Amino acid sequence: MSEPRTLFDKVWDAHAILTREDGTTLLWIDRHFVHEGSFHGFGMLDHAGRPLARPDLTTAVADHYVPSRDRDQPIRDPEVANMMQMLRTNATRHGIDLLDLDDPRQGIVHVVGPEQGLTLPGLTMVCGDSHTSTHGAFGALAFGIGASEVSHVLATQTLWQRRPKTLRITVDGTLSPHVAGKDVILAIIGRIGAGGAVGHVIEYAGSAIRGLEMEGRLTVCNMSIEAGARAGMIAPDDTTFAWVEGRARAPKGDAFAAAVAAWRRLPSDEGARFDREVTLNAADIAPTVTWGTSPETALPVTALVPDPAAEPDAARRTRIREQLDYIGLEPGRPLEGTPIDRVFIGSCTNARLPDLRAAAAVLRGRRAVVPGLVVAGSVPVKLAAEAEGLDRVFRDAGLRWGEPGCSMCVGMNGDLVAPGERCAATSNRNFQGRQGPGSRTHLMSPAMAAAAAVRGAITDVRNLA
Amino acid sequence: MTPFTTLTGPAIGLDRANIDTDQIIPARFLRKPRSAGYQNFLFHDLRREEADFPLNGATAAILVADSNFGCGSSREGAVYALVDAGIRCVIAPSFGDIFAGNAGKNGLLTIVLPAPLAAALRAQLPAEMTIDLPGQHLHFPDGTVHSFDMDPFRKRCLIEGLDDIGLTLAHAAEIAAFQERDRTARPWAAPSP
Ligand code: SF4
Repeated sequence: MSEPRTLFDKVWDAHAILTREDGTTLLWIDRHFVHEGSFHGFGMLDHAGRPLARPDLTTAVADHYVPSRDRDQPIRDPEVANMMQMLRTNATRHGIDLLDLDDPRQGIVHVVGPEQGLTLPGLTMVCGDSHTSTHGAFGALAFGIGASEVSHVLATQTLWQRRPKTLRITVDGTLSPHVAGKDVILAIIGRIGAGGAVGHVIEYAGSAIRGLEMEGRLTVCNMSIEAGARAGMIAPDDTTFAWVEGRARAPKGDAFAAAVAAWRRLPSDEGARFDREVTLNAADIAPTVTWGTSPETALPVTALVPDPAAEPDAARRTRIREQLDYIGLEPGRPLEGTPIDRVFIGSCTNARLPDLRAAAAVLRGRRAVVPGLVVAGSVPVKLAAEAEGLDRVFRDAGLRWGEPGCSMCVGMNGDLVAPGERCAATSNRNFQGRQGPGSRTHLMSPAMAAAAAVRGAITDVRNLA
Repeated sequence: MTPFTTLTGPAIGLDRANIDTDQIIPARFLRKPRSAGYQNFLFHDLRREEADFPLNGATAAILVADSNFGCGSSREGAVYALVDAGIRCVIAPSFGDIFAGNAGKNGLLTIVLPAPLAAALRAQLPAEMTIDLPGQHLHFPDGTVHSFDMDPFRKRCLIEGLDDIGLTLAHAAEIAAFQERDRTARPWAAPSP
């Protein structure tokens, strides 16, 4: 009998073309996504005069720079207009399917991939974007790459990779009411740290993970990179297969049945070895928010702002103090009740239909006391939300309902948080200046962001529901 | 890319962990073409927000940081900004995986040094130091010599300045054979039309 293997091992082994003496493996890549920011990669390809190896496995999506309003009008910022035009030119010239600004499939690449059935169990997937880890929710090996690697994949449909280590994170038990996938992943990063999974591929396992719907699993895998992981994966199961079935680019009919039969063999074998193991108890996870400028500063909303004076380690003490200075919080004060200036509900972490439903459930019949922006992850999500009347709930609460894209997650399209403003955000990064120079970001779930909008302060959604 | 052998130059310490690529180059500069150089975007906001930021009024060929340097966004622009500003090597206890990959592709050497040793080095900076890549040795400003580990392939690429894509295309036959096998093994893996 062969050695028991992990989910990761099985996907890796199925894509290894050859392994060199130095241990580097040439991996076949099943799907490659490009976006406006990929122009450097195309530039290198053109500079070397090389053709695209497999345009049929490449998909181009306009997401990072797309405006969230006035889509029927020309883009005012000439540099942004140029980025969009470059993507169009590169896609057309190389024969790549393009989900442009006016395409009914358009949206954030990590929302679009699964939605179109391009994301499947057992695939290798890459994109010049660190949150490519999102697609691992389907049991794919998906990771972000830089521009040089983008050009390598464009030219060869392969990548040289060193086999990463494996880390299994098991979350067993039942999640409490109002605790979502976002709280699970924030709690995990709070536990293992922003560099806690460097060099590893994480497999999320346990009954609490299996109990999540696909969108919750996508949220968890999305933030794998915030723990430093190369990728995050979840074993595919009936929930996965049911979600994939019938999607436009997924296998159909007999091919689908054959695929499911193959996918059922993907989960880690009994007794498979991981390089590291971490376990969490689902019942211990509360609605979680960050207080600092790294996602590892995640704490239960009921916690107090940490006090650097209480930290024995000098380096960590300095690090806490620097973050508190930037974020403008007082040590020892309760996190709950911290006044906020703005909310953002969106991003590849939390802009799918169940995310918008969770936010709308809190906002229904209530008013937001601060300005806010809600941006669906894709046009199909936006249309589905509108069919349910969710856009009305957000608008009636006083929030703006924007057009799909990355928007205020990174502010490349001009949707910025003003200097010094504090934003309750459902995105994945609270880095210094991430939402705009001087912006202060608190990461949380959609329900928690909605609660913050209603109270104008960080709020335990359980006290509002 | 410039092949890397031995480097002697000014080193500067960055005494903080988790320096993400949004700090190294804020997102709004990523739309700029590379041709004019990315040096002015390096730590753009930090240099203005913090008057005593170590790189203000100083040039460096070597940066010595704390753990998880280059975490976050995959933007290769972070490496362009460092390289265009004349930085040839970053030393830290650990790196964001994508950043380290991008660095290697652009001739920027990344050296992993255990946290206590990296801290000891930072305490001696700013100062001149020497990096011997072929011999895998660091000459600290205080005269001590320390060895470091290095992935053999990355080392070869840095020293010889190899063209990755050219190397891969030399395996065209194996890649074609893989695709042939794979079509039968995983017929479902191709996207439906
Ligand atoms: S939504 Fe934010 S994190 Fe996700 S791909 Fe866009 S910019 Fe990156």
